[in-house]
Amino acid sequence: MAKKHKWQDLIKDPLNENNPITVQVLGICSALAITVKLMPAIVMSLSVLVVVAFSNVIVSLMRNYIPNRIRIIVQLLVVATLVILVDQILKAFAYDVSKELSVFVGLIITNCIVMGRLEAFALANKPWDSFLDGIGNGAGYGLVLIIVAFFRELLGSGTLFDIKVIPQWVYDHGYVNNAMMLLPAMALITVGIFIWVQRSMFPQLTEKE
Amino acid sequence: MELWNLFIRSIFIENMVFAFFLGMCSYLAVSKKVKTAVGLGAAVVFVLAITVPVNFLIDKYLLQPGALKWLDPSFATVDLSFLSFIMFIAVIAAMVQLVEMFVERFAPALYSSLGIFLPLIAVNCAILGGSLFMQQKEFTQVSEAVVYGLGSGIGWLIAIVLLAAVREKISYSNVPAPLRGLGITFIITGLMAIAFMAFMGIKI
Repeated sequence: MAKKHKWQDLIKDPLNENNPITVQVLGICSALAITVKLMPAIVMSLSVLVVVAFSNVIVSLMRNYIPNRIRIIVQLLVVATLVILVDQILKAFAYDVSKELSVFVGLIITNCIVMGRLEAFALANKPWDSFLDGIGNGAGYGLVLIIVAFFRELLGSGTLFDIKVIPQWVYDHGYVNNAMMLLPAMALITVGIFIWVQRSMFPQLTEKE
Repeated sequence: MELWNLFIRSIFIENMVFAFFLGMCSYLAVSKKVKTAVGLGAAVVFVLAITVPVNFLIDKYLLQPGALKWLDPSFATVDLSFLSFIMFIAVIAAMVQLVEMFVERFAPALYSSLGIFLPLIAVNCAILGGSLFMQQKEFTQVSEAVVYGLGSGIGWLIAIVLLAAVREKISYSNVPAPLRGLGITFIITGLMAIAFMAFMGIKI
């Protein structure tokens, strides 16, 4: 994979055509659990973005020195170190959000996006390209997270960033928040519908069976 | 009785897949055939039942604030809990390797049926998630950790086998093209999660 990558493509591709969640099927675990509200979703996306980008750079810098047999463990250690940093920063500066994210910050370590990009890209490319690839994939992940969280918070609790956006008169006319949207089950179905919409718009993504 | 309750809770109510979405990546990727799903599920049960208690002991005697007291009273104020992520993942990676060698040596039949799944488990979020939840729940005894690890593993096994069974059947139906594959799998899992909500509030 020595071919040259255009830097725009490195960032743009993962946003849609090669989206880590809906097309590559990576990193779904954390994507679903923390999309009940918009705020934690954004914090989570930023954390993942930082971890993917920097672990990509670090592994890419070391790619010629890592023995092939133990590369998984080396990668895990790099990622775990970065995640600990992120976790400590969150605990120091955004304690409430870090409480809400609970174990899911720790689970970035085993988030398949990070490992997947390290294996598929950083091990074979230059640091700068890997950095952009990390940014692109982190952003693609964040995009899906934020869209799903937007709908779940809006329909589930009628708020965005904890601020009421659905006016009172709508409730007076009998509108009720759909508490279903807050349940884990609806996260799965929302992502399912998201994939459906995306694939209807871009038929080339449809799976052949 | 308390343990039995914890066991049932971790299988049905706090199901790894349906309540916390852990291990989704392999859950979606390896659920096309019931046979492979059973293999991977068994491996997850096995590894969870071992790593959760081991990490519990590490957490209790090395990492928690003041856990190092048994070494020397002057360590009572040492708090190493920020190291827990890296410790847990190292233990998991090492344990998976160890389990793999053990199974290969003493149960070759099981080894060949689990095959490629064992090494992959090190990066399955359900395993690390099990340890992190164990830390959050603040168990006091090893037995609780064992039961919790076993229960959540079995819950994951049930979930993946059920999904694989549904997916085997769904290949006979005509799913709208954009939903085929990933999309419909998500929706099936969502519906299964709703069904599992029926277990909520069960107490024994």
